[in-house]
Amino acid sequence: MTAPVTSLTASSAVTPPAIEASGLTKRFGAILALDRLDLVVPPGSIFGLLGPNGAGKTTTIRILTGLARATSGSATVAGVEVGLDEPELRRSLGYLDQDPRFYGWMTGRELLELVGRLHGLAGSELRSRVDEMLARTGLTAAAHRRIGGYSGGMRQRLGIAQALLHRPQILFLDEPVSSLDPEGRRDLLELIAGLRGEATVVFSTHVLADVERICDRVAILDRGRLVTEGQLEDLLAAHARPIYRLVPAPGQSGAVDVLVDRLRAAPWTTVASAGDDLVRVTVSDPVAAAGGILPLVVAAGVVLDAFERTRPTLEDVFLELVGPATADDLDGRGFIRPREVSDR
Amino acid sequence: MTGFAALLRKELLEQWRTSRLPVVATVFLLVGLSSPLLARFTPEIIKAVGGDQFQIVLPTPTAADAYDQLAKNLGQFGALIAVLLAMGSVATEKERGTAALILTKPAGRGAFLVAKLVAIATTLGISTAIAAAGAWFYTLVLFQPLPLAGFAAATILQWLALVAYAAITFIGSTLTRSALAAAGLGVAAFIVLGILGIAPAIGRYLPTGLGAPARSLALGRTGVDVFGPTIASVVLIGALVGVAWLAFRRQEL
Repeated sequence: MTAPVTSLTASSAVTPPAIEASGLTKRFGAILALDRLDLVVPPGSIFGLLGPNGAGKTTTIRILTGLARATSGSATVAGVEVGLDEPELRRSLGYLDQDPRFYGWMTGRELLELVGRLHGLAGSELRSRVDEMLARTGLTAAAHRRIGGYSGGMRQRLGIAQALLHRPQILFLDEPVSSLDPEGRRDLLELIAGLRGEATVVFSTHVLADVERICDRVAILDRGRLVTEGQLEDLLAAHARPIYRLVPAPGQSGAVDVLVDRLRAAPWTTVASAGDDLVRVTVSDPVAAAGGILPLVVAAGVVLDAFERTRPTLEDVFLELVGPATADDLDGRGFIRPREVSDR
Repeated sequence: MTGFAALLRKELLEQWRTSRLPVVATVFLLVGLSSPLLARFTPEIIKAVGGDQFQIVLPTPTAADAYDQLAKNLGQFGALIAVLLAMGSVATEKERGTAALILTKPAGRGAFLVAKLVAIATTLGISTAIAAAGAWFYTLVLFQPLPLAGFAAATILQWLALVAYAAITFIGSTLTRSALAAAGLGVAAFIVLGILGIAPAIGRYLPTGLGAPARSLALGRTGVDVFGPTIASVVLIGALVGVAWLAFRRQEL
């Protein structure tokens, strides 16, 4: 299930990293939630923290935001050592929980005003920032309504507003789009993408398409371990194997089955699968495959509507490095079973 | 104490918006008004209810009885309300995740705790003052005026005792994630302090020990030792907040 740790860290930058973690480990009794995590996040990047449920993404973010304590190891965020009671650390960061909780008796505006005051905003500057964030997150009309009456999506948007209110240097977003509708999801991803260069964004998710859309760097975690980390393009180039997509014309299911069997038998095929009127072939030797696929199609008597070599996706990299979870890997909640250690 | 002013503002608004302050103030007002009434009319009520079956001769009620009734009611209902106000103050925020919302902002954990206790003390202070004002007025109407300055000083001591009960419950709320456990600690402390208070050497330095000097002040007596019990209670509250802070700053949220 796990692959060896690889690193594709970018060439050393002159500017100090926004986030630096060294040997970060977190244990809950015998459960090893995070295992010697080393991480360097360059300033201004949009950094995707990827992994299945239970991989250690939230634990990492909770330690870096000072909500949880590492069992061992150390980390700095914006040059400040992370710690549980460290207000200085929080001046430069914004944080959105995966399930943001607010005071139900407050209005949306009151909550943003409280957050603004805690960040030292006051007077007209506070009012204008609150107005701006309410407008940016589409909550102006609901600003004077109690948060207790907000929908899940509205609460998520309020969470984004409070995280961005003080123009943070570093923004931690833990599964930020999980409860948004497609339009809200698109808007938030655009908003995050718009922060590129202005703020460093650490964005945890298990939705690979979202990461591919906006992140420039990616770290993949699996069972508390860093599997790989680097520029998205570098990861795609290093780990994803070439993929061919074949779209058979309709009504050839028997011939397609024969084709898939023959493709699977080819020495250059890694995986061949059929589904949704599409045959997908992952290959180990692209040169041999380029010359070998079409003769097999002809021999099987399959008529194709389309045939193309596709760009590998992050999902391909992820499956290559982490592999698909089996039923034995999952607990009752659909989370990857954590690793247990005996040496407490 | 980073962020204290903003947090105190939020806590005071919460006391009002969640109706804690209006409800507690109303209950205390009823306690204040009813205490002199009960003192004044208890003998007549007993006589009316019991008819000729009772042969007990009850002394004529006085203003001191009115004050004693007030002190007893505040010492019981007031203490219970102090426990109720403090029981969920930190535990509920930890459980619901709102503490994490606040403490990922530039807010010190000490400021977070102190703002909460100050807001609870404010609610108790306003409510105790309202109860005292009502009781003083009805004592004036039904008996005779009690010395205003002494009565006010006594009210401050009663308030201090209530804040001490709130602080004991507050530390339970900080140490656990359960409001019920915090309430249990507050009620247990109320009982234990009541038992310990019987011993004069210890009792006068406990929150329960504030009752005797408060009574003397309210009835206009002079030469009352107020400072020892007052300082002891203030130190106790400060120590409880300190311990709560030491524990809370090490807690994961």
